Amino acid sequence: MSNLPDQIEDLQPKRRFSSSDKVYRILLTGCAALILIIVITMLIVIGQGSWLSIREFGLSFLFGQVWDPVKGEFGALPFIYGTVVSSVIAVLIATPLSIGVAVFLVEQAPRSLARPIGFLVELLAAIPSVVYGLWAIFVLAPFLRVYVQPPLQATLGWLPFFKGTPTGIGMFTGGLIMAIMITPIITAVVRDILEAVPVTQREAALALGATKWETTKIVLANASSGIAGAVILGLGRAVGETMAVTMIIGNRPHISASLFDPGYTIASVIANEFTEATGDLYLSALVEMGLILFIVTFIVTALAKLLIMSVGRKTQNVA
Amino acid sequence: MFAIRILFICVLLVSTMLVSSCFSGRRGKGDAIKIQGAGSTFINPLMQKWVSEYGNLNSNIRIDYQSIGSGGGIKQVKERTIQFGATDVAMKDEDLASAPGPILHVPVILGAVVLTYNLEGIGQTLRFSPATIADIFLGKIKTWDDERIKADNPDVPLPSVPLTVVHRSDGSGTSAVFTNYLAKVSPEWKEKVGEGTSPSFPVGLGGKGNEGVTGQVKQTPNTIGYIELAYAVKNKMPVAQIKNKAGNFVLPNFETVTTAAAETLDQTPDDLRATITDAGGQNAYPISSYVYVLIYRDQMDEVVGKTLVDFLTWGINDGQRFAQALYYSPLPEGMVKRASAKIAAVSFNGRSLRTEPQ
Repeated sequence: MSNLPDQIEDLQPKRRFSSSDKVYRILLTGCAALILIIVITMLIVIGQGSWLSIREFGLSFLFGQVWDPVKGEFGALPFIYGTVVSSVIAVLIATPLSIGVAVFLVEQAPRSLARPIGFLVELLAAIPSVVYGLWAIFVLAPFLRVYVQPPLQATLGWLPFFKGTPTGIGMFTGGLIMAIMITPIITAVVRDILEAVPVTQREAALALGATKWETTKIVLANASSGIAGAVILGLGRAVGETMAVTMIIGNRPHISASLFDPGYTIASVIANEFTEATGDLYLSALVEMGLILFIVTFIVTALAKLLIMSVGRKTQNVA
Repeated sequence: MFAIRILFICVLLVSTMLVSSCFSGRRGKGDAIKIQGAGSTFINPLMQKWVSEYGNLNSNIRIDYQSIGSGGGIKQVKERTIQFGATDVAMKDEDLASAPGPILHVPVILGAVVLTYNLEGIGQTLRFSPATIADIFLGKIKTWDDERIKADNPDVPLPSVPLTVVHRSDGSGTSAVFTNYLAKVSPEWKEKVGEGTSPSFPVGLGGKGNEGVTGQVKQTPNTIGYIELAYAVKNKMPVAQIKNKAGNFVLPNFETVTTAAAETLDQTPDDLRATITDAGGQNAYPISSYVYVLIYRDQMDEVVGKTLVDFLTWGINDGQRFAQALYYSPLPEGMVKRASAKIAAVSFNGRSLRTEPQ
């Protein structure tokens, strides 16, 4: 009985909350710190691993166009070019497509149609990369070679982008397969964002006599920063995408204006050559590629963020 | 209350797993011998067959082989994280020198790299001479009806279509064997490209893995590429005849590949590190190669070392009969003897680990 006051104190809500809050806070901080620690350790390890190559080639590594492991010459430029170009193709194709699908799902489709299509979109996101790659080799590439590339070449062949022998394999197909892969992600995020736009806005627009199209424009304008965020998410996935692209892009470290020519990406060369890389300098050069991918991703994301901020400001001004 | 129950269940589960893993680990300590190997992806199908067959014969031995690539195998052997490695390309002198102890190369099987192509309407098997192959992969031959291809195939109506080269994009022993051959037959190739696991090809599309090259050749008309024999046979791809040193056009098969090894036995050095591309002999297929198992001469553990020696001895003798079904070629008689002598050199504290008549 003498313990009773203590027990009562134990049961006091204030103390219970404070201790559980403490645990809660520590847990959350731990989670956040873990991300930071992982990124920093990765940077340290990649930095250490690529030190030999950095010391050997210096800045010329970034601008070198020759990648010849046999002779020990390593240059990253064709890979950086391939990564950026294929990702840009992917985003250019995927963004309008995804926004279209998302607007349809949220603004147009009847419930009975929106559900199954939304489900299919999520299903697309769950397909493994290697399956996309195989599908690209056996279905997409032959299709493009026969039905898409020849007419493109016939009509727009005077442009430098559509020269060369159309084999179905190359930068164009690589970008297209990435576009298909990032479409579900962008679509899913944009859909959620559009759903978050208050219904009152739509009602207000319609009440003022706006057409469905004009209403959608207002909704899209209000959701623009969120949509841009979704595009960045897709872009991030495109830059780092490895397996499917490796299987279809042609894997040739060569800078060519033609999108029908084979190209190469940073992630692909690492996946391709790391297992059989012998020799310290060769390994180090591959690790430095990883470091460059890190930096390219960072720059691309930062640029996209800047773009959003400027767009966001503009729409705010309009509003 | 609910949370406590969940927690309790979790603790129970974890402890069960811990206890069971402890026991399974313990059981191994008494009698089961565990051996870890890694390396060449090329030999993986055969190695898995060997491991399972040998495991059936010796229930107390567990061998685990991971196909991580020849380069990875060499690396792990040097770091002594595995007991044996396997590689399609013999280790370089500097790699051997920087290893913590003498490493032996034991040839265990033979493989072949073949030329395959996709050319519509051509029923005949195409023939290629070495210089033509080099010119094709150097990008100097751009169409299928080039005079140089015509010269080897006078009876074939070759179409006037652009020729597309397909090569491996990932680092691989297949590329190393193929470029080793080209470097031997073409001075220009040797100077411009050289040989290695990831050569920088002057032209063509890169496919990832044998399956990638196979897929691209199969799907793209007017292509030519090089793959391992097994992939060509399994995918019903055409395989080209290649002109060997003796001047005969030869198809790759068990006999011609084994012949290539037999014909080069005299030139094979004592450490057995040899390339057998461009071999002499009337019936030798010119793009053949050994696959090696890498093993330390001085073993650190008597039981493990002895098990390894027994396993390899079984592999180069009884194990050879599994080769053909998986499209490898068996070692020639003379090489079995020399490989056997090599295995006998594996020792623990200076004593050979091989118990004589196997």
